[in-house]
Amino acid sequence: MKRSIIFLGSILSMCAFALAQTDFKIQLGKHGEKPNIAVPDFRGAGDAQNFMNTFNGTLWSDLQGSGQLKMIPKTTYPLTVPQQPSDFKPPLNGKSQGPWLSDWSGPPVNGNYLAFGYTAAQNGQLALYGWLYDVKQTNPSSAQLLAKVYVGSPDEAGAKKIAQEFAADILKLFGGSSLMGSRIYFMSDRTGHKEIWSMNYDGSDQKQFTSYKTITNFPVVSQDGTKIAFTVYPMRPASPGHPATEGQPRIYMHSLETGRKLVYLNQDASMNAASDFMPDSRHLLIYSTASTGISQIFMTDIDGGGFHRITNTRALEVEAKANPKTGADIVFTSGRGGTPQIYRMNIDGTDVARLTTGEGDAVNPSWNPDGQHIAFAWTRGFEPGNFNIFIMDIASQELIQLTHGAGRNENPNWAPDGVHLVFSSKRGRTSQIFTMLADGTGLQQLTTQGNNEKPVWTKGTQ
Amino acid sequence: MSASDRLHASKIAATLLVLAMAVVAPGCKKKVPPPPPPPPSTAPAPAPTVARATINSFTAEPSTIEKGQSSTLSWSISNATDMSIDQGIGAVQSRGQRQVFPTSSTTYTLTANGPGGSDSRTVTVSVTTPPPPPPPANTGPRLSSAEMLQQQSQDAFFDYDKSDIRADARDALTRDAGLLKQIFAQDPNFTVVVEGHCDERGSAEYNLALGDKRASAAKDFLVQLGVAGDRIKTISYGKERPQCTEANEECWQKNRRAHLSAGQ
Repeated sequence: MKRSIIFLGSILSMCAFALAQTDFKIQLGKHGEKPNIAVPDFRGAGDAQNFMNTFNGTLWSDLQGSGQLKMIPKTTYPLTVPQQPSDFKPPLNGKSQGPWLSDWSGPPVNGNYLAFGYTAAQNGQLALYGWLYDVKQTNPSSAQLLAKVYVGSPDEAGAKKIAQEFAADILKLFGGSSLMGSRIYFMSDRTGHKEIWSMNYDGSDQKQFTSYKTITNFPVVSQDGTKIAFTVYPMRPASPGHPATEGQPRIYMHSLETGRKLVYLNQDASMNAASDFMPDSRHLLIYSTASTGISQIFMTDIDGGGFHRITNTRALEVEAKANPKTGADIVFTSGRGGTPQIYRMNIDGTDVARLTTGEGDAVNPSWNPDGQHIAFAWTRGFEPGNFNIFIMDIASQELIQLTHGAGRNENPNWAPDGVHLVFSSKRGRTSQIFTMLADGTGLQQLTTQGNNEKPVWTKGTQ
Repeated sequence: MSASDRLHASKIAATLLVLAMAVVAPGCKKKVPPPPPPPPSTAPAPAPTVARATINSFTAEPSTIEKGQSSTLSWSISNATDMSIDQGIGAVQSRGQRQVFPTSSTTYTLTANGPGGSDSRTVTVSVTTPPPPPPPANTGPRLSSAEMLQQQSQDAFFDYDKSDIRADARDALTRDAGLLKQIFAQDPNFTVVVEGHCDERGSAEYNLALGDKRASAAKDFLVQLGVAGDRIKTISYGKERPQCTEANEECWQKNRRAHLSAGQ
């Protein structure tokens, strides 16, 4: 477990390093140690106070849910909470004159950071004055990391919006990114048919996207957020003497901007399935039986043209996922060595390497946005069908197991922040979608109705 | 073998051939049907003092009819005083025609008697049973073929993560091949879909590919047994359509199958 924590720490510090070129440089503490933050409840002036429950709840849960900060319990906070920088008064001759940095850096809080501020109704809007201080500093001017005004509508929605924006700015300082605005596409059968749905990262605003009333599954979304592809058994209408039946699986492409179906020419084959968009959002990886009679991996243009083969085996080859950073390599599931295992190879088919040990079934690979780590589902150590979620550093092939036999856990997919994962888990009679942090903590269930699987976490339209 | 030996051998062969012909020839004669009657024009027998009754011709046209249809008997007789056809037709003239409606194959005998002698000839009208009426144009034949397929076809079962045709699957598909040939022969527009199914344990994606491979393995087997491949489509349902939903091997085995259904 210690090893896992260190490994996660290295992911976090890499992210921090990659994104640290922003305005401020905040280093993580020791390897794997999350910086802690105090976030006292903000108060609202006048009518603004009506929305402060929503505001404080959202700010706290967004920061906590990010997995990048340790939240200091409110019970340890001093009684007097600063609301603006001018509230800070240095102690005089060892006697407190008002709120001071050491109130927050010393015991019992022992904090690294403090978020504070207030809201007020202003010009018919709800305004937030928000600050973030590094309380280890010796004076307020050097402590200030963030000072910004946020504006929203004077209602619950506005309060939620300004809290999310403030949280996003704080998280950016720690090298992370907010999940605000990100959207999860998934398959749900709650209407009685498997259709594509979408929802916010916290499970709110669940919306039906397709209505094909047949089997529609395996959504993939382009990195630019403009297109979605999935696999459909197109319904063939009833004819005399024949009930309506499903046709062979085909790839459908839709615009996420208009919702409309786009042209995509499928191969004449018993099976065509959407696998992943290339990072350029202009090419699609698919697996198909075209010209081979057995499922192989191909790439096509965005309209199905330019069809060309990538794998060349007599084994089942499925689920190719392109490195989101470079597009130069893919991970995929192959039965070439016996049971399905995860392999990596260059996009031109060279340098094939098996990443998993050959034990059990290893399936559902998903790239971290960093292009260096993957998540996948593996039955290693369990009976066939009892999948658990693992993550792997591709270079070292170091592994962390994130779930441990609580139900059947599959379809992991990384959040745009590279720190969260969404996955599906069957822990009762139905499969539901959950999110968690990349160390397996912070589990949240997002769906409850019907079966929900194959989540894909997208940046959304920000 | 020397030249004289070869000569000797060919002599023996020739002798054997002659002997063989001698043995076979009478046998051939026996099998030859009775010679046809001489045509009327070629029978200018020297006029005897009292001419013998002669049937010049006796035919049935057509000689093969379907039940309910008619055939026409025609005859021509010389030098007879008393002429009749059996099967309830009775006395006839020396030249005539008669329409008959036999309900089963019937042999008619024409007998001619005269002062100079008598003659008789037979003709057979074969009656076939007509085929049953065609079914109603629209839905009839397909529906019945689809029902036949549904009721009589057998699933081929597979091992976990495999698409090899097991011995029990071989038996099932061999019976299915016979059934499909029969259905395809009676229903020229009928097509069949081989569905490939998997148990729930693998991933949905891998099972999609595995189900496809099972369906195509089953199709290949049927085609090897002579079933028309262009009338068989395959479809993989992966684990989308389990016929059994419990989590135990008995149930999983039921779901690892290739299943035949009517095409469209």
